[in-house]
Amino acid sequence: MAELDRRTVLKGVGGAAFVGVSAAALKYGFNTPDQKQNPADRMAKDVSATDKRLVFSNWPEYIDEDDGKYVSTLSQFEKDTGIKVQYTADVNDNNEFFAKVKNQLGSGTSTKRDLFALTDWMAARMIQVGWIQKLDASKVPNLHANIIDSLAKPEWDPKRDYSAPWQSGLTGIAYNKSKAGEIKSFSELISRKDLKGRVSLLTEMRDTMGFMLLIEGADPENFTDAQWQKATDRLAKAKGDGQFRSFTGNDYVQDLASGNVLACEAWSGDIANAGDENLVWIPPEEGIIIWADNMLIPNMATHQDNAEKWINYYYEPEVAAKLANYNSYICPVKGAQEAMEKVNPDNVHNELIFPTEKTLAKTHRFMALDEAQIRTYEKDFSDVTGS
Amino acid sequence: MTSTAGVAPANPHETATKAPRGRKLTGYWLILPGALWLLVFFVIPFYSLLAASLFDPKGSPLTGYDMTWHFGNFVDAFDQYKGQIGRSILYAGIATLTCLVVGYVLAYAIAFKAGRWKNLMLVLVIAPFFTSFLLRTLSWKLILADDGWVVSAAQTLHLTNLLNLIGLTSTDDRLLATPFAVIAGLTYNFLPFMVLPLYASLEKVDIRLIEASGDLYASPIRGFFKVTFPLSLPGVVAGTLLTFIPAAGDYVNAQLLGSPNTRMVGNSIQNLFTSQGDYAAAGALSVILMVIIVAAVMLYVRTAGTEELV
Repeated sequence: MAELDRRTVLKGVGGAAFVGVSAAALKYGFNTPDQKQNPADRMAKDVSATDKRLVFSNWPEYIDEDDGKYVSTLSQFEKDTGIKVQYTADVNDNNEFFAKVKNQLGSGTSTKRDLFALTDWMAARMIQVGWIQKLDASKVPNLHANIIDSLAKPEWDPKRDYSAPWQSGLTGIAYNKSKAGEIKSFSELISRKDLKGRVSLLTEMRDTMGFMLLIEGADPENFTDAQWQKATDRLAKAKGDGQFRSFTGNDYVQDLASGNVLACEAWSGDIANAGDENLVWIPPEEGIIIWADNMLIPNMATHQDNAEKWINYYYEPEVAAKLANYNSYICPVKGAQEAMEKVNPDNVHNELIFPTEKTLAKTHRFMALDEAQIRTYEKDFSDVTGS
Repeated sequence: MTSTAGVAPANPHETATKAPRGRKLTGYWLILPGALWLLVFFVIPFYSLLAASLFDPKGSPLTGYDMTWHFGNFVDAFDQYKGQIGRSILYAGIATLTCLVVGYVLAYAIAFKAGRWKNLMLVLVIAPFFTSFLLRTLSWKLILADDGWVVSAAQTLHLTNLLNLIGLTSTDDRLLATPFAVIAGLTYNFLPFMVLPLYASLEKVDIRLIEASGDLYASPIRGFFKVTFPLSLPGVVAGTLLTFIPAAGDYVNAQLLGSPNTRMVGNSIQNLFTSQGDYAAAGALSVILMVIIVAAVMLYVRTAGTEELV
């Protein structure tokens, strides 16, 4: 009897200890700390001189490639500097990429990248939490001398101390003209019956919701909660009706080219790059969303100097013209339009690369959001798109 | 079944007293690598997930999360995502049943009728694993493309109309981006997990028992249901579990082959973690899914009576 009692007691004590230890582990073991960093504490030793490499993560279809006799801007850079560039097109979506590097940057360890390109709002967010290294202004003279005025002073990096636009671009509509009738506006895209189930939109909240707000007659730079609500409701209704095939990152081009998708929300240069005559890109009647993707040097990058050489190189007008000629996005470099004369005279007046004041007047940006607003708006938006 | 394989010696008391100390510890040493593995790759992540599900929902990945025993997360997550949970169970259930029917026929053929082709057929069952899961699913996107020949053939044969009728596709006469494509993708991707355990237990069936049922005047069909099928039950249970559990949590098929209206709970969890950075809701939803599946599996295993099957 005594032995049985002892067992019961032991079991009880053991059980209680297990629950106690588990509870303590749950309570104290897994809290996630504030991810803010001080970039000055997170500088890695620069090994650029001895290890001539550069690791750059960029969006797909964003750089020219060697082709027969044509020497790409990247190959030229490697030839001139002797730096071997590991260029990876692994940014498909800002949020996805953020999730990819968040743990390293938040804990102050290396992402194994020296440079990556992210859209304005995400660049702003990362600079704010101190994940990005300051550029040495003396090493990137071309950047400060040649950046176009409209991109020189964003409010989140007024002196371009931390960021350098790779390319800027417009968001509009693309469609397959051999399979779908002419499309003029974003409201047609989300409602026309003949497109049902064959439309894709972007997962970039600021692009897609920018248009939804424009449809409501609201200003994406300054809108009210009621307008936001109306805009998300309209999107949810179109989704419920089966209008959309998918919500995509930069991977929408394949479905458009294969004919699964007849029309989609698209970034200006991608369609020109696709090289398919049937695909056309148009600025919707409601307006155009404008953005830029910015090169950023993350904390603990070990080839800072090489990254700065790269940035400086791409701000030479001739190089910038060559790049823009290939990818058809807005060129952020002054003097590139003149340089384009030599590269490809046909593109000197290409609105996609060198937009006129008239086009720029129709463009909209999305309002700057603080961390709490980002959470609320991203949640409202991805409740519609992601589930 | 009365097999005694694996049963411990009859008198444990005797072995316990007689075994030398070193040998007594051998068992523990043998468990150690597996136990450590489970600790690092299951127990700790599980606690982490459980803690995340009780985080204060006001946190964010940038400002950090505090664990505040916020049990309300479960109610909120269930309430908001019950549609996706139901859809996951439905899609995974249909896929599992389809796998069972198709897989049983295939396993039966391999076990009893394949003769010298047996090994070749088994290799063919496993062959899809030589390519990545993702690539195989993406290829289905090409095969089922709206302008592809599969869709036009299905239209000509009025198969799409039939599928529309039972609600598996939409009225637009296509296959991709419909529940049908998602379920078909699940079925295709998890079929080998059904076939292999079924084959393993059918292979063990003593052919003389089936012959005996014939000698006792059972028709082949009656013989199958009275003898073969009950003997293969362990494989059925193992196969359905191996198919249903991963299928219910899968998000790749729904993402690549489905549309925004066919998202499963795995998509919601992924979206909560990566796009929204809402760890609390994502954790709570994961725990809910886990609890539902464990409960369903326990109920299933108890009903199927596996204690005498293994």
